[in-house]
Amino acid sequence: MADTLAMGDHGSAGHGPKDKSKRDFLVMLPVAGAVIGAGAIAWPLIDSMNPSGDVLALASTEVDLTPIAEGSGITVVWRGKPIFVRYRTPKEIKEAEDVKLSQLIEPQPDSARVKPGHAQWIVLIGICTHLGCIPLGNKPTDPRGEWGGWYCPCHGSQYDTSGRVRHGPAPLNLWIPPYQFLNNSRIKIG
Amino acid sequence: MAAGLFKSELKNPVLRWVDTRLPVITLMQKEYGTFPTPRNFNYFWNFGALATVTLLIMIATGVFLAMHYTPNSTMAFASVQHIMRDVNYGWLIRYVHMNGASMFFIVVYIHIYRGLYYGSYKFPRELLWMLGVVILLLMMATAFMGYVLPWGQMSFWGATVITNLFSAIPVVGTTIVQWLWGGFSVGNPTLNRFFSLHYLLPFVIVGVVFLHVVALHITGSNNPLGIDVKGPQDTLPFHPYYTVKDSVGLCVFLAIWAAFVFFMPNLLGDVINNIPANPLHTPADVVPEWYFLPFYAILRSVPNKFMGVMLMFASIGVLFVLPWLDTSPVRSCRFRPIYRILVPLLVVDVFVLGYVGAHHPQGFIILLGRVATAWYFLHFLVFTPLVGLFETPLPLPESIAAPVVRKSPSGGGPIPGGAVAKPMENA
Repeated sequence: MADTLAMGDHGSAGHGPKDKSKRDFLVMLPVAGAVIGAGAIAWPLIDSMNPSGDVLALASTEVDLTPIAEGSGITVVWRGKPIFVRYRTPKEIKEAEDVKLSQLIEPQPDSARVKPGHAQWIVLIGICTHLGCIPLGNKPTDPRGEWGGWYCPCHGSQYDTSGRVRHGPAPLNLWIPPYQFLNNSRIKIG
Repeated sequence: MAAGLFKSELKNPVLRWVDTRLPVITLMQKEYGTFPTPRNFNYFWNFGALATVTLLIMIATGVFLAMHYTPNSTMAFASVQHIMRDVNYGWLIRYVHMNGASMFFIVVYIHIYRGLYYGSYKFPRELLWMLGVVILLLMMATAFMGYVLPWGQMSFWGATVITNLFSAIPVVGTTIVQWLWGGFSVGNPTLNRFFSLHYLLPFVIVGVVFLHVVALHITGSNNPLGIDVKGPQDTLPFHPYYTVKDSVGLCVFLAIWAAFVFFMPNLLGDVINNIPANPLHTPADVVPEWYFLPFYAILRSVPNKFMGVMLMFASIGVLFVLPWLDTSPVRSCRFRPIYRILVPLLVVDVFVLGYVGAHHPQGFIILLGRVATAWYFLHFLVFTPLVGLFETPLPLPESIAAPVVRKSPSGGGPIPGGAVAKPMENA
């Protein structure tokens, strides 16, 4: 700051400390303004990377349940993700309901994972909660693991007939998408 | 201090550790902090900083637009509509980018006018000036290719007309044009390469801007008096004096830009470009964006195709040799009684050319276009060398500080701290 010459000295030497705090305030004010302004400019750019209107508009999928045979499931696509819709047998339902919650990795009763009166239908997001692979088990011929639900081929996670994780490395149960029954043979996901 | 380390004077140990190995902090302090800058800048000296900020905003908005745009001739138009309707704030980002092109040219044209009026192109700043002309050419190429991307009617036919300029080259013209197109007409391959180059060239501009700034910091800035800095009494440190002055101009500039974006986003655009490109139908009026109109007028003012194209390129090319066309040793027009009239007249002439470029070439418009074109070249090739030889310049002040000191009430002596700001504006 050698070139500030006389002026630089005047600023500090000629006035008291009271003046200095005034000057600090005058510096902080525009800096704060510039930071807020930069944030206001940055936010639209950042937000533009979020899902756009047309992507959000594809947020719901309707599924006809009539072609699904008892004991097997189908995979439908909702928001680019696989959704398992499985028609459970009475034996599978009983197994799911009778498990002691203390045995579960993420304790959750089966009744919290199905719609009341529709216990034969389980609807799950078909993505392993470990690292995002799609577990096997919709077809009766698929490997379903020890608990008869789903088996993830990537790292061996196993889920029961309620989609709850029974054997790691997955930490959580399969997620349930938001859905509702339009009538007894038709659901709307999303 | 170990061998090979830079002797940093920073106090903070972390910053100092970095600075001794990579002295960027010291460099920034030297070039943008204490950098000695003539004390008598007026607001014309804001426009270099404004252009830099505009370039950065254009790159930032452009990068985000490219995340949503599809450079395919069947999908490009729809993807722009997707940006405008579906993408969060897509309309805002696109309008900032679209109007930003116009803002960029306004700023750069004023920046060039500043150089012309105050003789910033003269010794020792010839190369600095020529790098500026390179930036202008790169900007024109970038803006043109960017305008093609929305793939509307004006995009398509603008691309057709401008690429066809190269067909004026004898013998190899057609071959070159087909090479530019990647086909036998403007089509998908053309759109793809224009997108690629439109993304690339701004970064080339950043590189040339860097050289422009390096050259500037070697010669130092010119100033409204056009005389050399004689010593520390003629300069102020860049920070805080000119960072603050540039910030004031930046606020005004961004407010104007925002006014366009929020209140008249389509004023500078052409409605025809809201019709998807149709290779079988040319719109009734094919006009370039406003910032190209003067050059378009020069092109059309010559009845010969080859000569028209040559003259258009020469209108920029003449700027390259301006440092050697101007024979006057005096930089600032403030001390050149004749040339200070000629430079604003050139601005009027360019506005006339712009008017001509926006209208159908018939009757009076043709004549006006030819006179204005002739004046443009006469200004650079005849008036500039001759006026320099015959004009008697006004006496130059002995130094930048001299008129300031003389005006100050204490008459001579050391400059009183409080009085510094005001004379700086007037000098």
